Order: sequence, then C-alpha cells, then structure tokens
Amino acid sequence: MSDSASKSVTLVVLVENKSGVLARIAGLFSRRGFNIESLAVAPTDDERFSRITIVVDVTTTTIDQVVKQLDKLINVIEISELDPANSVERELLMATVSAPSVESRREVLDLVQIFDAHVLNVGFDRLMVSVSGSQRRLDDFEALLGRHGILEIQRTGKIALSELAKVDPGDQRTDEAT
Amino acid sequence: MRLNGAQAVLKALEHEGVDTVFGMPGGAILPVYDPLLESSIRHILVRHEQGAGHMASGYAHATGRPGVAVVTSGPAATNMVTPLLDAYMDSIPMVCITGQVALPAIGTDAFQEADTTGITMSATKHNYLVTDVDDIPQVIHDAFHLATTGRPGPVLVDIPKDLVLPAAELDWYEPTSHDLPGYNPIMEGDPEAIAEAARLITEAERPVIYSGGGILRARAAEALLELAEMTEIPVVTTLMNRGGFPDDHELCLGMPGMHGNYTAVMAMQEADLLIALGARFDDRVTGDRGSFAPDAKVIHVDIDPAELGKVRHAHVPIAGDAKLIIGGINASLREKGGTDAQPDRSAWRQTLSGWQEKFPLTYAPHELGDRLKPQAVVEQLRDHTPDDTIVVAGVGQHQMWASQYWTFNHPYTWINSGGLGTMGYAVPAAIGAQVGQPDRMVWAIDGDGCFQMTCQELTTAALEGIPVKIAILNNSYLGMVRQWQELFYEERFSETNLGTLPDFKMMAESMGCVGFRVDSPEEVEATIQKANEVDDRPVVVDFRTLEDEKVYPMVPAGASNSELLVDPSQREQQA
Repeated sequence: MSDSASKSVTLVVLVENKSGVLARIAGLFSRRGFNIESLAVAPTDDERFSRITIVVDVTTTTIDQVVKQLDKLINVIEISELDPANSVERELLMATVSAPSVESRREVLDLVQIFDAHVLNVGFDRLMVSVSGSQRRLDDFEALLGRHGILEIQRTGKIALSELAKVDPGDQRTDEAT
Repeated sequence: MRLNGAQAVLKALEHEGVDTVFGMPGGAILPVYDPLLESSIRHILVRHEQGAGHMASGYAHATGRPGVAVVTSGPAATNMVTPLLDAYMDSIPMVCITGQVALPAIGTDAFQEADTTGITMSATKHNYLVTDVDDIPQVIHDAFHLATTGRPGPVLVDIPKDLVLPAAELDWYEPTSHDLPGYNPIMEGDPEAIAEAARLITEAERPVIYSGGGILRARAAEALLELAEMTEIPVVTTLMNRGGFPDDHELCLGMPGMHGNYTAVMAMQEADLLIALGARFDDRVTGDRGSFAPDAKVIHVDIDPAELGKVRHAHVPIAGDAKLIIGGINASLREKGGTDAQPDRSAWRQTLSGWQEKFPLTYAPHELGDRLKPQAVVEQLRDHTPDDTIVVAGVGQHQMWASQYWTFNHPYTWINSGGLGTMGYAVPAAIGAQVGQPDRMVWAIDGDGCFQMTCQELTTAALEGIPVKIAILNNSYLGMVRQWQELFYEERFSETNLGTLPDFKMMAESMGCVGFRVDSPEEVEATIQKANEVDDRPVVVDFRTLEDEKVYPMVPAGASNSELLVDPSQREQQA
C-alpha cells in the first residue's frame, strides 16, 4: 500500500441496495484486470441505496476506464472521484498485540496514548487496541506495534467524504457585488 | 386482473410485442409452457438450448427487434452462456428467460440448479433473479428496455419455479415506467465536439471513415451514406458493418483488418484522420496497436462512453447515438458549404485507386481435377441469389471468404459472430433470421467444422418448414487453424483434419432437409438454382472445397497492419 510506484484513486460509488451488486463490481474489476486496494460497503440513510468506497490501483489502468466501466453497471447510480487534497478520509484498525511483560504493556499503552488510540480488551499476556484515522497514520501505528508482535490485525479499508466548503457561496457573491 | 406468474410472463412478453420465442421446456420452466398453448406467441422448439440463443440473435440481427429465448434451469441455462456472451460482444438485443429452482431450494444444490445470474453476470448487459411474483411484469419490461436501448445487449431474467406455479398469483399491471435509477444512456452528442469533428474533417488530407457495427445498431446507414457522399471520404466497413455501406459504392474500400482488403487496411495505416463511427478498435482491425494508423488523428463516435479511449486515444471523443451524431456532423458540414468546402483530396484518392487496381482481392483459378475453390463458390452464390439475400456465417475461413467475396449492398444482409467468434453460429442464426424475415432468401455459408457443432437445429427448421439454405464449404479441415499451422507451425497439422465423414447430403436428408453434394465447378450454379427453388424446408449443399486454400490478405497475429500478406500472385508487386 505504501509502495511508492503504485498510484491509487478513491472512488465513492452510490449503488442500488440489491443482492449481487457487490459481486457485479468485484466481477467487473477482476474481468477487466483492475486492482482494488480496499473496499468498504455500507447502507446509506436511504435504504434503497448503498455507498461503496473503493480505493483503486491505477498504476496500470486509467481511472477514466475504471469509472466508465463501473458506470455501465446498471445498478451503479453515481460515481465520484475523491481528490485526496479535498476529502476527509478515515479507516479503522483493530489489532491484538503481544504484551507479556509490564514493560511491553507500558510501551504499547504509550503508543495508544500518542496515537489517540483505544484499548478495547485486555488479556493476561496481550492487549487489543484500535485506532482510526488516515491510512498513513494507521500504517505508522501498525509499524510501531509490529515491534511487539501483532497477533491479529484487521483494517476496514478507507471510507471518505468530500471536504466541506469553507465559504458560503452566497457570501462570496455578496463580496463580489460590493 | 388476477394472473398466475406463468401467465404474467407470457402476458408481459406479448405486451413487449414479442411474436416469436425460441426455446425448450424443462422442469423449472414447465409452468410457463402451459399458458403458452393459449398464447399468440409462436414458439420454435429447438434441439439444444444454444440453438435457441443463436436463433434469437439471428432474429434480432435480421429484424432489429429483440430476440427472445426461453429455457429451463441448470444445464439449459449453462448451454445459453455462449449465445449470451456472443450477443453481448456483438451488441445484439436479446432477452433470455430461464427457469430456476424454487426460491426455498436456491443454494441447496437442488436438481438442475445453477447459479444462473452469477454465471451470466459477465455475459449479459444485465440480469435479474426475480424473487417476488409481483415483480414479473416490471422486470420483463425493464429487461426489454435495457436490451434495446443504449448499447444493445442480452438481458437474462431468471425466474424461480414457485413464482410461476398456479398458486403464485398477482394483480396484472402494465408497467408505465422503468425502475432503473442508474441507467441513463446518452443519445445526443456534445454539440461542441460535433463542431470540432466537422472542423477536423474539413482539414484532413487523408481521411478514412472507419464504420463499425454501431452503424447498424443505430440504424445510421443513411446518415453514413450522406456523410461519405458529401465529403467524398472513403469508407471501410468492419466485419460487423458489412452492408452498412454499399460495397458497390465507389467510396467503399471494403473490410479492414486481419483479412481485410489491401486498400482498406493500408488506407487506415496511411490516414491522417480516422472517423470511427460505432467501431471499437478491435484487435482484429488494428493488428499491433502500437503501429496502427500511426499518423491518424481520431474522431470516435460511440454510444458506449467506455469505448472512447479504451484502446486508442480519441482527439474528438463523442458519446451518443451514431445516427444523431452523424446527422449533427452532416448538418455542421453543410453549414460550412458541404462538398465545396472540402479540400482537394485527389492525391489521396489516386493513392487509393492505385492500391485498388494493384491489389484487388484475388485467388488462383480452379485447376482441373481439384476440389472446388471456396472463393468461387461464394461468388457463384452471390451471383445467383437475390440482391437482398441475407447471408449468415459461422467462424473461420468460410466466414472471411463470405465477407470478402459477397457484395453487400444493403444493411442487415450480413449476420455473423464477430466478437466472440462462435463456431456453430451460422445454422441456428440463419434459422432465426429466416423466421424474422420469412419473405427473404437466407443463405448460411458455413464450414464443415462449424456445421457439425449445431446442425441438429436443421431438424427444428425442417419440422417448422423454415426454408433456410446452408452452403457448407467443406474442406474436411478446421480450415483457419490449418492455415495457421501451415503458415506458422511448419505445416505440422495437429488435430485439424476432421476426416471425410459424415455424408452431409445423407445427414441433411435424414433431418428432413433437401441435400445436395457438389464436387465439380460445372455443378455449382445449377445446384444453387435448385436450392433456391426449395421454399418449404431447409436445403443443405455440401460443396467439396480445396483443403489447402488460404484466406488472403492476412496480417499475421501480433504483426503490424503494414506487414499485410497479400495473395501469393501479388507478392512481387508488393515487394
């Protein structure tokens, strides 16, 4: 994921909430040779639709083709390409880390504090922790936890929304008028 | 009106204007076949479900209306996969209804259960698994809409048996709208792009119109003719658009691609502008992509936005309906002054006519004692059948010779399997075409390999009195594969000799057809005439052709189109 040669784009895809839609998308990606880096699916406030956040590896394919092919799927309603500079992204990570000694437990807890993470569960020789944030932040947290021995880890894949406007377009017009 | 699900399926099909369905009953679809006895719809009972699919495809090709196939679950549905993908690759409007095991049995590996929607997901434009009897009218209405609009294609509707049993009832309704929030095919082209296209056309010195199957799907042949005649720009017609521009027109260069005419291939190679209309830069047209038409700017018109830029960068991409967009380009060109505003392209025309004179399609003449020349058989068929005869081909050498040596002067007179290259397509597709166009003459030109894949459907045609005619160019080989083995595998003919069995004349007769066998050139015309006279049942003519005849010109696989191999008799001139 952090491979500097690879390039990825985040797509937010609004789809009909019908059975088989995810299979259609996954099938399209494998058939056309597109690579998915991560994928997150969740219902929207409108039960007829779901929103899928897909991080696509565009090292070998053009994002234009990916979007156009996705758009051909009958159940796909809307596709937006999120520009990382103008979007807010989050991912959740959960991990069980080995912490058999007081010392190692202390070090893990330090990391938890620094990263604004949480301890979810405590075992006699291990800790279960979680953190949310940008992919980069999670990568860093994962790397540092790695020193202690990660016994199990899960990441959700990225979800993202467009950044909100900082200026009321109405105000802007008023400014121009004056 | 209360109907059960089975009645609703038929009512919905009737509501869509369906007059004929091709199919075969079986367990899961059985309830739908009961009310069929009272329906106005004609059912053609096939011998194998693949036949039903290709018949529906041939019917759609010949009529422009969606072809419909109805089959049962499991193996019937899997037998339908090839025709579905074939229709998907060639953008043929088709609706296929499959039976499915009852809803509670789905996922239990029930008898004749197949994950039909899963299996056909990538072989259809869209598919449905109906889960509520009330949805039947709406889903079938939407299926026909999807199949026939935008880029046409096959749509499959999978219906579990419990939804069509008499106990499953619904209040019949005629859907007035579509439940397709994500489906909005673009029709109108961007006016700015259309103006830009007209500007590029007016500036081009060596333009070529690269017309594809989209011309036929959009019913845009007239608009194309107007564009070509106004600008006097030459036209190549791809394998999918043979007949979309008249072969006997002076601007027609014929078929481009791997087995295209020298002039059509080289015109594209040397062009400074390719006007691609409903074509998709298929690898059989471009040869090696990197060296294809190196100097050409591209105007690309396609109803499917995903085709624009997929293979070749387009300087002017225009998504939308070919007929509307070509009409728009024509209007824009007229405004600029029509023919008079076009630059002097006499040098380009001279180059082209020089090539045409030097490198026409040709083959060595028949030699006494040899088997027939397949090209000569195609020419004789062409010369002794009506001008509007519908020609249907399978896949291989015979298909290429048919495309090369027939003169297609009308749209919708050429039906073949282009994209998928499905051997065995011709017999069932020809039957479907004949059902759709009962007053026209339909000749399939088939190979002996192809014929043996689907010829059992001739029994279907005989029983239905469908007078389709089949010419087998029988060289006892998988001819195209043999050609490759001869040219690229040092004549090591591995598993391409099909032998001299069966006796196709006797086989045809046993299936209720008229059968002929032709060995000598003198018999060709007379036999064609005899075949033409049969109007109440199918005819099969077994033309015994030369086994080592090859299709030329030919671009070797992966080579540049500039390395086109012409007929051996022209090689010296080429060098």
